[in-house]
This record gives sequence, structure tokens and C-alpha cells, in this order.
Amino acid sequence: MSDYNFAYLDEQTKRMIRRAILKALAVPGYQVPFASREMPMPYGWGTGGVQVSAACLVPEDRLKVIDQGADDTTNAVSIRRFFEKTAGVATTGRTSEATLIQTRHRIPEEPLTRDQILVYQVPIPEPLRFLEPRETETRKMHALEEYGLVHVKLYEDIARHGQIATSYAYPVKVEGRYVMDPSPIPKFDNPKLESEAIQLFGAGREQRIHALPPHCKVVSLDFEDHPFEASKADHDCDLCGSGTSYLDEVIVDDAGGRMFVCSDTDYCETRRGAGHRGRLAATGQEDAA
Amino acid sequence: MTPLLQVKGLTKRYGARIGCADVSFDLYPGEVMGIVGESGSGKSTLLNCLAGHLEADSGHVMFDTRAEGLRDVRAMSEPERRMLARTDWAFVHQNPRDGLRMGVSAGGNVGERLMAVGARHYGDIRAQAQDWLGRVEIAADRIDDRPTAFSGGMQQRLQIARNLVTGPRLVFMDEPTGGLDVSVQARLLDLLRGLVREMGLSAVIVTHDLAVVRLLAHRLMVMKSGHVVEAGLTDQVLDDPQHGYTQLLVSSVLQA
Repeated sequence: MSDYNFAYLDEQTKRMIRRAILKALAVPGYQVPFASREMPMPYGWGTGGVQVSAACLVPEDRLKVIDQGADDTTNAVSIRRFFEKTAGVATTGRTSEATLIQTRHRIPEEPLTRDQILVYQVPIPEPLRFLEPRETETRKMHALEEYGLVHVKLYEDIARHGQIATSYAYPVKVEGRYVMDPSPIPKFDNPKLESEAIQLFGAGREQRIHALPPHCKVVSLDFEDHPFEASKADHDCDLCGSGTSYLDEVIVDDAGGRMFVCSDTDYCETRRGAGHRGRLAATGQEDAA
Repeated sequence: MTPLLQVKGLTKRYGARIGCADVSFDLYPGEVMGIVGESGSGKSTLLNCLAGHLEADSGHVMFDTRAEGLRDVRAMSEPERRMLARTDWAFVHQNPRDGLRMGVSAGGNVGERLMAVGARHYGDIRAQAQDWLGRVEIAADRIDDRPTAFSGGMQQRLQIARNLVTGPRLVFMDEPTGGLDVSVQARLLDLLRGLVREMGLSAVIVTHDLAVVRLLAHRLMVMKSGHVVEAGLTDQVLDDPQHGYTQLLVSSVLQA
């Protein structure tokens, strides 16, 4: 372990990132610029989240890494191994046991507690980016609270599809002030943004950190006559039978066969451990999880 | 009666060159002011200084705000000025592509200003957009088409609808009929004249087309090399030009 400083980054860098995190927590939803470092992984693989995690980790932490809800996919496995090697911290797949959770695209189904930190990997932190390409202009719009354009996007959705078709990265207003992109989580997870845990968002390539302190008010934007709806596939999980968790659709053969399974693998496994059974789990076949 | 817009000694320089120099005028509610002159005479510079797109070097632009009466626009904070720009003011660009969001449907373009001032009811926004498209003679079934699918004249009319939907009191127009063919120009002018009358708008119109000002403007300012060389009632200036340049300008027009 003498080859690396604890959690890879040098202490000065961690201090710099912690200062940005504190500022982000003090101004919920505001994107704080920080001097993002080159990490030993490509941009888009979670360089921002990894830096925020590295700055927050202490030796006593227990780390969980989620990639699209799963603990066992490439991104999750390699980031978990990265911190096992460079920080020597304990890791876990259990949401309830983890003290620090780095995630990509999902919030765990199990409610988080005040002792936990949730770190998001964020590709594009700017909610106005695809509506207004100029950075100078988007900063001005944030500063002056000119957020009419976000509703233009939602208007276009309804005009074209008859409903708000934005299903992930759904814009939210934080504490009645900043409009924030909650990273590409499904809009099903938006209500969970109001949480007991600290939530930190790191965007490595874009060099921004934003944050939600515990119990922060987070409102999903909508129209009065087209209210926000946290939608999910209209099924139960085929493995654990849960009717309330966010589901992935899995194609199981080339004859149109499909199954729906919890996207949160830990949640699904815990429920099956407790004896819950879904439609396909009883036959013991196609155990995709 | 207080003027809606009062301009005093407005000057803008580009380094050693003059953009516009020492321009003063009053614009009263319901009045349309035309600014004519050749290319490079400072018309657009003046208009952009008035609308706050360019920072003037000296002078005052006083606007009669709803809440506090006459206030110097140049001394306002940026949030106030931007608020003014999307409520009481409107700016019609010469090229509709500068004033429209080309990737957003016609309805969204018209609705943007409504949403920017806090409208949050989809049905209401759409109904108002529909109403305004009708007023600028765009068919109701084109509401979900993007402006890229519109002809130049339709784009220009859409830009006008988008600007007028919040009921502004002052409209800045930079060559609103430039680049359109004559029959489309005529219809657009007809439409503009109707809207100006109906809504009691005040407008500042920059153009090099004397026919446009004769139709629309009550008063006229003639600019040359950044200076106002002649000002007065439109008919008076066009029919009895006093300054040499105005005489040249008026006599340059082919009589059809």
C-alpha cells in the first residue's frame, strides 16, 4: 500500500475537492467548479464520482458501488476494486451496510439513512445544456433564475408525445432556487432525492460538483395540467415479486420471451433471501440476477 | 404626457470610429418611429444600444416602467433589464433565425416568453400560442412544426407572434421586411400595421426601405455617418426633404 496515497489522490487534491463539496452543500443545486484530476480510467466511466468518493473516504468506511442498479457489472466491479487496492477499505453489496455508496444511474430502493453518503457519477451536470449551448449564457440563466427554457423542453415533449416523455435526467428545482440535473437516474427515482443521506454529484470531464444536503426540498418540474409522475414498467419483479421497485426488461429468448427484474440487485436478493418469490423464480430457471 | 422612451445624447463609439453620436428623441405611447439611412449609418448600432444589446458610451435611455415611472435603462441592473426585455419590450430581428429557436416547434417558440414569465399550465400556453399563430396568419395545424419547415415570410410572422405574446409596450424592429419578396412584404406590413393599431404599441423601426416607413412610421429620423441629420413627421420628411442627404435618399427610390 505504500505505492499509493490513501484513496489514490494526494492530500492537497482531496482538500481542494472537499472545499468544493462543502460549498456545494452550502448552496444546494449550484454547480461548483473544481480542478478535476486525470484519473486512471477514461472520462465517462465515473472519473468525477471516483474523485468525490476518494475525497470522502476514511479507512473505517464500507464502500458499495452501483452501476445501473447492479453491483456486479464492469464499472461497479472495477471501481470497487480500485478503492480496495488504493484505500484498502472494506466493500459490500448490501445497501444497509454501506457507509459510502458510489452510484451510476440509480438510487437504491432501500431508503438511505443519515449515516450514509451517496456519490453520483455525472456525465453532464448542466440541465440547460441541450437547450442553450453557450456556457456563458447558461451561467447567467442560473444566476438570474431564468428557467423558462426548461419548461419549453417539457412543452415540446407534451406537444410531440402527448405526455412528458423525458424519462431520465428529469430536471428538478432544489430548495426553490437552482434547477438541477439529477444525473441520468430514471424519473422513478426523483422522489428519492429528498433523503436523509448526503448526496454528492461529481462530473469529472465537466469539472463540476453539486450536492443535496439531507432533507433538502427537491421538486420535479412539471405543468399544472400535466403533473410529474414517477413512472416504471407496469409489472412485478419476476424473481422477487416486488411491485414497487424499478424494473429492467430482459429479453430471454428469440421468440419474444421477456422477464422483468429489479434493477437494484441487492434489493432483489434481499427480498428473495426473505422468501419472496416472483413469477419465474419458483421454477428455478433463467436466474438472470 | 410622459414619453414611453426618452433618449438623450446617446453615443456609441467603436474605438476611434463613431457608431452613433449624440442621438436624442422622445417616443410617446402608441407612436411608431422610423429610422432610415444607408448601410453603416449607425441605425442598427442605435437600435442595439436602445434595446440594451450593446453598451452605449454615454447618454441616457429613459423608459417609462410600469412600477416606477421613468428610469434610466443603462443604470438598471442586468436582471431588471432582462426582465424588461422579456415583458415590456420585444425585439424583432432582421433574420428570423436570430430571433427564433429553430429546434423548437412553433407553439414552443411562442410559448417560451409565457413560460419565462411564469406560465405553468400547458393547456393555457397552447391556447395562447394557437391564438397568436392565428393572428399572424399561420394555420393552426402548423403549431407543432419547427420553424425550419416554414417559409421566410412565415418565420418572420412567427417571430413577431413570439415577441408580442406577452403584450409588450415597446417593440424594436431591425429591418423586419428585409429579405422578403414584395408581396410577402406587403402582407407583413399590413399585419404589423394592424397589430400596432390594435395593441397600441410603440415601436422603433430601423429600415432602409422608405416604403416601409411611409406605411408604418408616424415620425422619421434620417441618419448619416452616425448622426441624425433630419427628423420630423414622416410625410413632411419624405415629401419635403431639407437636408442634402435626405434629398438624395428620397430621389434614389425608383418610382414604380
